[in-house]
Amino acid sequence: MTSDLFRFAAPQAFFPLAGKLIPWFSVLAGVLMLAGLYVALFVAPTDHQQGEAYRIIFIHVPAAWMSMFLYVVMAGWAGIGLALNTRLSGMMASAIAPTGAMFTFVALWTGALWGRPTWGAYWVWDARLTSELVLLFLYLGFIALKSAIPDPVRADRAGAILALVGVVNVPIIYFSVQWWNTLHQGASVSLTRAPSMASTMLLGMLLLAFAAWMYSIATALSRVRSIILERERDAEWVRMQRAAA
Amino acid sequence: MNWGSLDSFLAMGGYGFYVWGSYGVTALCIVLEILSLNTSKGNSKT
Repeated sequence: MTSDLFRFAAPQAFFPLAGKLIPWFSVLAGVLMLAGLYVALFVAPTDHQQGEAYRIIFIHVPAAWMSMFLYVVMAGWAGIGLALNTRLSGMMASAIAPTGAMFTFVALWTGALWGRPTWGAYWVWDARLTSELVLLFLYLGFIALKSAIPDPVRADRAGAILALVGVVNVPIIYFSVQWWNTLHQGASVSLTRAPSMASTMLLGMLLLAFAAWMYSIATALSRVRSIILERERDAEWVRMQRAAA
Repeated sequence: MNWGSLDSFLAMGGYGFYVWGSYGVTALCIVLEILSLNTSKGNSKT
């Protein structure tokens, strides 16, 4: 059983598995996204304080969650690669980074468009906003660093150290609203308290959060397949794969 | 259902620019990412 699981740590074995999984995660992402958008735009009631502007929350919160979660997963893969010298781990970290950067950008962008009508400013140098901007730079730095080093083994190692050092920033983002007196509001949803919002609002947010999750898995798997083909291009199985395609 | 007409749906109670600016740019990011994935897959096959 465990040996079966570890078999997929080899890029050659993981490549077809990823290919089989991508359509499932893509379909799940699409269905959850349509259901989430329906609840977000047609079912959830108007907010009595913010009017319709609050509907940005359905994009903003899932994107912000994913931006932090994907960073931790990316750093985790990078760390495993650093500790165990497994080839696939560094490839997984590289595959996750662009999607993480995309969600970080979306969280910042939607936050700016939400801040203007509710706070009167697109941007303030508040602890939450600033640490999320640092997260975007960490993602971009990770991508730039890896692409600047031609040797993939050294690139994986250097990237892993950057990713692991940067992971400190994630709890700073998460707890910033408690540690500092920020303009950004506190958490609307937590595991320890009942959520402070209408149940249909919560439903829409959770559906879109799961959609973002499935989407991230599908994009990371798709990207890791390209990376595997690129890095293992001299291997016999990749040549045969190409001949068949 | 919240909206009486398409106009009121698009107006978003006066916040149309902010709400659709958020949803639109997010959709654009997702489309661009999917397109870039398909391109890189195509390149690696050649």
